[in-house]
Amino acid sequence: MEITSARFKKVASQKLADPKVQAALANAKGRFVVARARAIKDLDNFEEIRQAAADVRDHCLANLDQYLEEWERKATAAGTIVHWVESAAEMTRVVLEIARSNEVRKVIKSKSMLGEETGMNEYLERGGIDVRETDLGEYIIQQANEHPSHIIAPATHKSKDDIADLFAQKHQRPRLDDITKLTHEAREILRPHFLDADMGITGANFLVAETGSTMIVTNEGNGRMTTTMPRVHVAISSIEKCIPTLEDVSLIMRLLARSATGQSISNYISMTTGPRRQGDSDGPEQFHVIIVDIGRTRVLGSDLRPALRCIRCGACMNHCPVYQNIGGHAYGWVYPGPIGSVLTPAYVGLEKALDLPNAATMCNQCGVACPVKIPLPDLMRKLREKQTQLKLSPASQRAGMGAWAWLASRPFLYGLATKVAVRLGKLAGGKESMLHRLPFAGREWTRGRDLPAPRGRTFREIYAARKKN
Amino acid sequence: MAARENILSRIRAANASLQTGDGAQSTASRLAGHPRGPLPTMGWDPLQRFIDCSIAAASTLDRVDKREGVPVAVARYLSENGLPMRGVCWPEFADLDWSGAGLEMQARSANGDDKVGVTGSFCALAETGTLLLLSGEQQHATTSLLPETHVAVVSKKRVVVCMEDAWDLLRKEVGHLPRQVNFVSGPSRTADIEMTLVYGAHGPFRVHIIITDE
Repeated sequence: MEITSARFKKVASQKLADPKVQAALANAKGRFVVARARAIKDLDNFEEIRQAAADVRDHCLANLDQYLEEWERKATAAGTIVHWVESAAEMTRVVLEIARSNEVRKVIKSKSMLGEETGMNEYLERGGIDVRETDLGEYIIQQANEHPSHIIAPATHKSKDDIADLFAQKHQRPRLDDITKLTHEAREILRPHFLDADMGITGANFLVAETGSTMIVTNEGNGRMTTTMPRVHVAISSIEKCIPTLEDVSLIMRLLARSATGQSISNYISMTTGPRRQGDSDGPEQFHVIIVDIGRTRVLGSDLRPALRCIRCGACMNHCPVYQNIGGHAYGWVYPGPIGSVLTPAYVGLEKALDLPNAATMCNQCGVACPVKIPLPDLMRKLREKQTQLKLSPASQRAGMGAWAWLASRPFLYGLATKVAVRLGKLAGGKESMLHRLPFAGREWTRGRDLPAPRGRTFREIYAARKKN
Repeated sequence: MAARENILSRIRAANASLQTGDGAQSTASRLAGHPRGPLPTMGWDPLQRFIDCSIAAASTLDRVDKREGVPVAVARYLSENGLPMRGVCWPEFADLDWSGAGLEMQARSANGDDKVGVTGSFCALAETGTLLLLSGEQQHATTSLLPETHVAVVSKKRVVVCMEDAWDLLRKEVGHLPRQVNFVSGPSRTADIEMTLVYGAHGPFRVHIIITDE
């Protein structure tokens, strides 16, 4: 997928001023946060389970080579054809080769963020393959020729009216005005494609080393369709999705749906081990799994490593005050919100996503909500440091921070400078005691709001005076 | 296979530099012993919990004494809801007296036109109101997927406490995983339009669970 994170500020401003986007975000925000809060109360030892899940994910990463090899042994024994690829280009090429060698014309697809990362749909379509997204949200944005704005609710930025217009135009049917009817129309349109597609493509929520299985979680049942109806099934998975045992699946399942939608469990959890067995009445004749690196090993060896624990629930973005106000598109790549602000620079390059690690208030709502305890604010801070070290941040910003650091490490001078500044500030505030315009970098800040003027004495002055009394 | 070796060696290099590897012994013992993680307190009665959670997951329930009572219960459910009185079932129910209950039931896998599918289940999870269905020669995956109405028969004795218990039962009774293991918790659903919940996204609109007391 093309990366547009460099336009973060511009797009964020547009989204803030777009009443449709604001209405959709306001609707989503409350529901996700409230639903999760309710759902985790169901577990009397939520924090213990959360810690255990973080530990399991760390253990997987620490022994990833062994678990991947074990997974491959078991998968191969069950008849799965395993491919390993290093880059997005290689991955999409392998998928197209599998499609071509099986004379595939139509593909049905269940949602995959890795598919988005690699631009797989576009590549297959250029190769003459008809690709149908089947998750309702993904179907909507495929029809609208847009990108997902949320990892589990891809069309959350679109209103019912938008979708009604879109469906009327694309389906060439009378315009519907009811969410249930719109959903069922999509079901009706997609059903024949499920029945006559030649190949199904899914992602993998997890690879289970113990059994050589791939696992996907859906609510709609499109994942079951995609893994059962076509004669060829291809699952794409990045390396860090590997977990040791079925018990580890159970542990993580207690957290995933609760953190994502507030359900105690997702509707369908499908564990696939190999292709159709002898005597089976259904299932694909061929099952391919493509194991993908695309930047993961680089992150594994870096200080951003904890980000690889991610189980893709979306809780961090649902709880992020920045995401809640600008939505997912401003982030400019596949993963929005706090996890996106870490993964986008990590996977596509820090220089292409300079604003993302800075688009955070460091409030740690994301860190608290994360079911596998990824310290997201710490990771964003590390990326900020790196921007400064590599001189990627704007020179004026670095000069400003440098001047501040020089001053702050000289207490006498710092005290003197702040004394002067607060007195000037008081003067500038005038009768109403408000600053309407700040100089330098502060100008952006006062563009949309006033700053209450200082009262004339610094904290240190007041503190010293109190101590004396 | 250059990619495979490159990826594995990069993983090893990344982990070696951080000295985090637990060693082959710990991975082997984890795989062999598959230890359970911490469980929430589960002080409830499993059958009652299964019923409560199934309802919470938008399934409906009925109880019969013996499996011979299933056709009458299915017929009652279908007629009360104005649903077609014909469909497909798993071969394990081919011997039941369907026509005596006024139903036309064929023991074959479902196609896109079948409106009602009757399946058994390997077991059921009390913790979340979940059915566990295995794919196989006699367990057509399509029967619980393509029809608009899925009726699942569960024996009271097969209600286990949690997913971990189901894995143990699978290891003990089957020994390996079939092509597909499906956990099903209520009818298919989506909330992809304005976060409004709608049933019947791609799978069944309704799931009706019949618990047999034998």
